[in-house]
Amino acid sequence: MSDAPPRTRDDETLAQATSGEYRWGFVTDIESESPPRGHSEGVVRYVSHKKEEPDWLLDWRLKAYRHWLTMKEPTWPKVTYPPIDYAGIFYYAAPKGTSGKPKSLDEVDPELLKTYEKLGIPLKERAALAGVAVDAVFDSVSVATSYKSKLAELGIVFCSFSEAVREHGDLVRRWLGSVVPSTDNYFATLNSAFFSDGSFVYVPKGVRCPMELSTYFRINAAETGQFERTLIVADEGAYVSYLEGCTAPKRDENQLHAAVVELVALDGAEIKYSTVQNWYPGDKDGRGGIYNFVTKRGACRGRRSKISWTQVETGSAITWKYPSCILQGDESVGEFYSVALANHRQQADTGTKMVHVGRNTRSTIVSKGISAGHGQNTYRGLVRVLKGAEGARNYTQCDSLLMGDRCGAHTFPYVEVRNPTARVEHEASTSKIGEDQIFYCNQRGIPAEDAVNMIVNGFCKEVFRELPMEFAVEAQKLLAVSLEGSVG
Amino acid sequence: MTQAAAPTTGDARTALEARARAMLDRGPAWLAAHRRGALERFAARGFPTTRDEDWKYTSLQPLARAAWTRPAPPDLARAREALGRLRLHLSGGLTLVLVDGIPVPELSVLPPGLAGISIRRLAEAAVARPEFVEPYLARVAAGGDRPLADLATACFEDGLYLHARRGTCLPVPVEVIHLTMTAGAAVFPRTLVVAEPESRITVVEHHVGLTDAPYATLPVVEVAVGRNAAVEHVLWQDDAASAVHAATVAVRQDRDSRFASHVLTLGAGLARNDLGVGLAGEGAECTLDGLYLVFGSRHADHHTRVDHWKPHGTSRELYKGVLDGQATGVFNGKVVVHPGAQKTDAQQANHNLLLSPDATADTKPELEIYADDVKCAHGATVGRLEEERLFYLRSRGLPEQAARDLLLRAFARDVTDRISIEAVRARLDRWMTERLPALAGREEGA
Repeated sequence: MSDAPPRTRDDETLAQATSGEYRWGFVTDIESESPPRGHSEGVVRYVSHKKEEPDWLLDWRLKAYRHWLTMKEPTWPKVTYPPIDYAGIFYYAAPKGTSGKPKSLDEVDPELLKTYEKLGIPLKERAALAGVAVDAVFDSVSVATSYKSKLAELGIVFCSFSEAVREHGDLVRRWLGSVVPSTDNYFATLNSAFFSDGSFVYVPKGVRCPMELSTYFRINAAETGQFERTLIVADEGAYVSYLEGCTAPKRDENQLHAAVVELVALDGAEIKYSTVQNWYPGDKDGRGGIYNFVTKRGACRGRRSKISWTQVETGSAITWKYPSCILQGDESVGEFYSVALANHRQQADTGTKMVHVGRNTRSTIVSKGISAGHGQNTYRGLVRVLKGAEGARNYTQCDSLLMGDRCGAHTFPYVEVRNPTARVEHEASTSKIGEDQIFYCNQRGIPAEDAVNMIVNGFCKEVFRELPMEFAVEAQKLLAVSLEGSVG
Repeated sequence: MTQAAAPTTGDARTALEARARAMLDRGPAWLAAHRRGALERFAARGFPTTRDEDWKYTSLQPLARAAWTRPAPPDLARAREALGRLRLHLSGGLTLVLVDGIPVPELSVLPPGLAGISIRRLAEAAVARPEFVEPYLARVAAGGDRPLADLATACFEDGLYLHARRGTCLPVPVEVIHLTMTAGAAVFPRTLVVAEPESRITVVEHHVGLTDAPYATLPVVEVAVGRNAAVEHVLWQDDAASAVHAATVAVRQDRDSRFASHVLTLGAGLARNDLGVGLAGEGAECTLDGLYLVFGSRHADHHTRVDHWKPHGTSRELYKGVLDGQATGVFNGKVVVHPGAQKTDAQQANHNLLLSPDATADTKPELEIYADDVKCAHGATVGRLEEERLFYLRSRGLPEQAARDLLLRAFARDVTDRISIEAVRARLDRWMTERLPALAGREEGA
């Protein structure tokens, strides 16, 4: 040992940086309260009962569950994973400290609050400073919600899903499943049966939501299927921008996450939905990591309505996600901006669907895929112009960046046009970071890693530009962290 | 006129599998083994349906729901009459004629003194020249899920064998005319092109139907391009409107070879083309062009797949379609860059013009890339004739119809101009002059 040269601080920093380990992998020690493992009608009833839900919702869940039993897991995505043991999953977990409703933050389990501290979620005053209203979801039960009264003044409903069911049952009942039916697809149906909690937003006619609404999801209890459900309704002329961001503690066991997000935009309404997803991607050899099987869909029901999806997907072992827009209203607009990163053994099969139903509907798709290590990144998209969609217009651009010779980048765009007045364009390119580009930076004293970050950021700029400021900063950092050690 | 009735509705699978079983022991043992394997695969799988991803937009019902018969002996007089107007009269005058998938020497013209090329019946070559046939026949087109190629391998009786010897450059194109004459028959034309190293050969395959009753033709073309060899292949499909044409073209390219394909889909009620090219040697290059002009209630589907297996490969692909009436056009182009195929340069484009409110286009350009030092791009568009261009031409005094025709012709020319044989280009031009005025697009607008 004494012969070895002494390790300097620099060496250690370097070692730390290149190992690129997940930095936010800590586990909060809170006892979870769960029904036994596995699924059954009993568990559906347990979840529903636990949340004191009305009968109509229980029936809705049961209908979904019975349908799910008849369904088969889809095999078409370009991802491989060992079969999921659906009977071995906990379908519901609630932190014990909250089985009675907390009256204030003081009643909230301090362990829980500490977790948020570590994550840097702006609760309490920090929320006010950051100007963000947070409806924090910890495992399955909403813990605390801030800024509610301010939003309430404008008539905006922003609360946990369970609360919405209790307080705004009519609204929920009217819109739940109206965009993603309870029988939509395997994972959405599973979610419909077991969804634990999530967020509900309703913005009334003509109201422009004055702040970015945000929720942090965080999966905690080990082996807990997480079934979030989000429903956002923007009434005529309303505007809302919603932020969703995630980090998850490190676990070896694979965790299933099957969320559903539904958006409804009525006449002239606009919804902007931004996601930064950084769940645990598994270690370098592909052990562990989250399976992120999400159904996200927005319906532009009204004339001149607009739905815009922006996503930065850096985490999860497997991502299976196609945020979609159904452009029903005449002159409605759908947008999809995405950055997806697959490093180490990560697999991402993601993209969007734009269904043009109304006249003069427009859609834009900008997708940037980055593959590194053994990562497999797939863009899968659908642009469908129906017969009545006179004057529809779509522009799609999907670019892939490859880093390393063992990764893969794939593009599967489906274009279906049933109306001759439509104009649909699709463009895709694949390339790697040029040695000349790196050399140019090196020459000017920029180390290779910084140069790569710079180039990657430039590659993703079109998407980052669409993110709210704080999120854009976070997204850049995430990308840099996720790519650490991937440059030779 | 020997016009038989339309095929009776029935089960194509039963009829064709029985026919394949009768063929099982034909030819040398290795060929019989291929036939057996192909029949087993097809029998287990059956016809693809729209539930299969590769057949999502194309229903094979017209093929699967008729009890197709075996072809009848050819009516030579009628064939000769048709050939009079079909032959391109290329320089060299080399024309090979197959009727219902079987070569007919009486109708073919083989000028004397052609050195360096060997032209034979496929069944005969399989016995006489196994060293050239066995490595390729039913092998180039093997692999993957290809039920129709399997069916054809199990059922074909004869075909054409074209072999360019090492270092020879065939100065004249080979014109192959496939006539389908028997109404209600299923025919399996088969072509094997072997281009030895440093050779060059150009083949024009022209498919024409001489009956108005339904028939099905399932051609399989296998091309092996040797090191540094060059092959140009034209698949010119002008089958009858009631016909089903489902072709498989499979190509294997060696180091530094070049292959150019031109697919012209002008006929058939249901047309499907599966073109697969494997760049199995370093520095190989392929160009795939296609033009589909689809009218009435016809359906044309083009699937292409380029596999880049080795470094420094280049592929270029341009498919253009004009869709009128209730026609549907499908394009699915796939480029796969396998691990290690560095410095691959692949480009692909598909453009569709919709001329009528009921026409449909589905397009799916796919990339699958497992190597990092590559340049790959694809693009696809669907739209109609641009108003501005029409306006420009009209403002210069061109009548509406002439302006439209000119734009359509220009659209098609991007593809046809790349065919090296003048006579083919001229024939296509004439075809367009005759057909374009019949398009429906002209009724709307000014």
